[in-house]
Amino acid sequence: MKKNSVLAQHNKAGWIFATPGFSLMVLFIVVPFILAIVFSMTNQRLMSPNKAEYVGFENYANMLDLGVLVVGPKVDANGSVLLDKNGEVQYPKLRKFTRNNPDYPNVQGMKEWFSFTWGDKKVAIMASDLVFLKALINTFTFVLFVAPLQGALALVLALLINQPLRGIHIFRSIYFMPVVVSIVVVSLLWRFIYDGQNGLLNNALSTITFGYFEPVDWLGNPDTALGSIMAMSIWQAVGFHMIIWLSGLQTISPTLYEAAKIEGASSWQTFRFITWPGLRNTAVLVLIVITMQAFSLFAQIDVMTNGGPLDSTQTIVYQTVERGYGKQDISGGSAMSVVLFLIVLSISLFQRYLTREKN
Amino acid sequence: MKITKKLALTMLSASALGSTFVSTSAVATTNLSMWYHGAGNVVEARIINQIVNDFNNSQSDWNVVLESFPQGSYNDSVIAAALANNLPDILDVDGPVMPNWAWAGYLQPLKIDKTKIADFLPGVKGYWNDKLYSVGLWDAAVALITRRSILNDIEIRVPTIDSPWSQQEFNNVLVKLKATGKYDYPLDLGLAWKGEWFPYAFSPFLQSFGGDLIDRSNYKTAEGKLNGEDAIAFGEWWQELFSKGYSPGNSQDPADRDNGLIEGKYAMQWNGNWAALNIINKFGDDVLLLPAPDFGHGSKIGAASWQLGVSSTSAHPQGASEFIEFALQDKYLAAFSDGIGVIPPTKSAAELTKNYKKGGPMAVFYDLSKAQAMVRPVTPGYIVEAKVFEKALADIADGADVEDTLDSAVDEIDADIQRNSDYSH
Repeated sequence: MKKNSVLAQHNKAGWIFATPGFSLMVLFIVVPFILAIVFSMTNQRLMSPNKAEYVGFENYANMLDLGVLVVGPKVDANGSVLLDKNGEVQYPKLRKFTRNNPDYPNVQGMKEWFSFTWGDKKVAIMASDLVFLKALINTFTFVLFVAPLQGALALVLALLINQPLRGIHIFRSIYFMPVVVSIVVVSLLWRFIYDGQNGLLNNALSTITFGYFEPVDWLGNPDTALGSIMAMSIWQAVGFHMIIWLSGLQTISPTLYEAAKIEGASSWQTFRFITWPGLRNTAVLVLIVITMQAFSLFAQIDVMTNGGPLDSTQTIVYQTVERGYGKQDISGGSAMSVVLFLIVLSISLFQRYLTREKN
Repeated sequence: MKITKKLALTMLSASALGSTFVSTSAVATTNLSMWYHGAGNVVEARIINQIVNDFNNSQSDWNVVLESFPQGSYNDSVIAAALANNLPDILDVDGPVMPNWAWAGYLQPLKIDKTKIADFLPGVKGYWNDKLYSVGLWDAAVALITRRSILNDIEIRVPTIDSPWSQQEFNNVLVKLKATGKYDYPLDLGLAWKGEWFPYAFSPFLQSFGGDLIDRSNYKTAEGKLNGEDAIAFGEWWQELFSKGYSPGNSQDPADRDNGLIEGKYAMQWNGNWAALNIINKFGDDVLLLPAPDFGHGSKIGAASWQLGVSSTSAHPQGASEFIEFALQDKYLAAFSDGIGVIPPTKSAAELTKNYKKGGPMAVFYDLSKAQAMVRPVTPGYIVEAKVFEKALADIADGADVEDTLDSAVDEIDADIQRNSDYSH
């Protein structure tokens, strides 16, 4: 009993010490999050004299509605199919069906997401908020590439700098430097590097290939824009994760390595059976942190591309900000951030499940 | 414990006494807070401070206290302050944004006699629902900036305000300039500048084609205006500027935007009066400031720049309006013009300036403003219309399908208007 009361006393002090931190977290994380859920069910505006009204799941529906439109090919007066110059079947423009056409109420106002041909018919998957869906796909693409590549690269760097060499601190600082610089500054600098006219990257590639390399407008081309931003993002944050890996590496007991040496293990065997198992918890942390950071991709987009060209670099967070503040549609922005929260939550739960302690 | 309590009480009462003392001594004048977007611009700050000092010294009722913000975060600061019910008495507002703020209840109509601003340029008068909410101390205008020698080189006539280039003539100019091979691009439209530059600089082209951002007869829909035949013709012309290599696209280097014309990378530039001074200093009399081409419905440019207004929460609208009226004196309008190159809003102020007086090197901007300037749609929905238009133009420049893109833009604008109960139109 006495022991308990001592614990309780300590608890009390603990709670008092934690209160400032907790209240700030509640104020700036929990409250806004609850507000986001509430706003996403209304038509709340950033500024408006009109009162917000409850609209149920309308914001979610506007964002996620999909439709299917099947159209036949264009035919001439005799009923035979019209072909274009290249001998391809021609289809009518979809705007005929989606704009003010009472015969097709289910695709009213929708845009074509993608389409394929089925027999001689064209099947188009339609979306009411095409930009959001593109943002969703881009964000997932970004995470799928950045999380493993950044994690692996950071591990390689950590292994390289975890050696007792003279001057290793210089390398540690060099690799870590981009992390210290603000992402906005880094983005501005990389815009010059990626410049299509006389950027550093094009000049370097052209010099290396003796002028054979055709300059690429890295950020202005829909095929290269997202990849360019990925490469730059990986480079910028890799140092941070390198440090986490490094701290993980240094918790592994040197005696294990000595034993491995005595046993005559190769360096691959050492890594496979000592280093990697020793890094298990670090790996879980690094993976989850990178995934969550990658989902919140915003500053690079805002500074470098504004979501363009042709929506190839739209991301969920950029769209959230654009909609909530730029277009003053707080409810739409809130709905997006709730969707993003659910995605990130389910992915981290899934990662936790995959990396759980198996007994 | 007791001692500290006592000490605290003494300190509190002392400071309370102190503040009573200060407020009683200052009872004769009332403080008016003012927010301004020009932080970081030394010349602008000097002039606005001068006006505030002159006003404070000219009478004993009011004392204006100025606070400056950087332009980039100014609108956000105002919105945040409004949500927190913490607006200053006097604030400045970008002309096209004013109806939105007035509609949202951030501004109140000015108590200024309309005859006082009768001969001001139309662009600087901020009317919404027939009430004057804001007045500008200057206007801005855009022109095609090029050099006489460049046009002589390709044997093209110099257009005038009365007889601008037609679309065909303009296209011919681009073709000929491109054929010389001397320039990276014949025309620099400035796509490196994002944001408000797009609707400000490029929607007049659309209007000259016969389209618009919105149907101005009721401000309730963009259908038929932003995706009608005229607008599609504009969109296709716009796309060709980039697909045929007449103008650098969205990924233009901002440094080239600033210096490309001076360095000879571009032959012509679509740019504002604020940029003309540098070019005139470099090329002198050779510089031409030309009107926009006439695409069928007259040559047009945008109007309206930053303006002063009074917040709805101000307890002293009379004093705030008095300050704004004080700032509208010709000598201040001329000082801004000389200092930062903007267009003075009255003819009499223009005569006091070195650039805009009769025969001055930039006088043509005043004439352009007077003859062709068209305000952006005066509606609270403009904020969204501007964003949607910007994205549509950027996408079309990148090669998106013109009709589909304009349709999407119309849908988004119309949906926004509906969700806002027609913005009280």
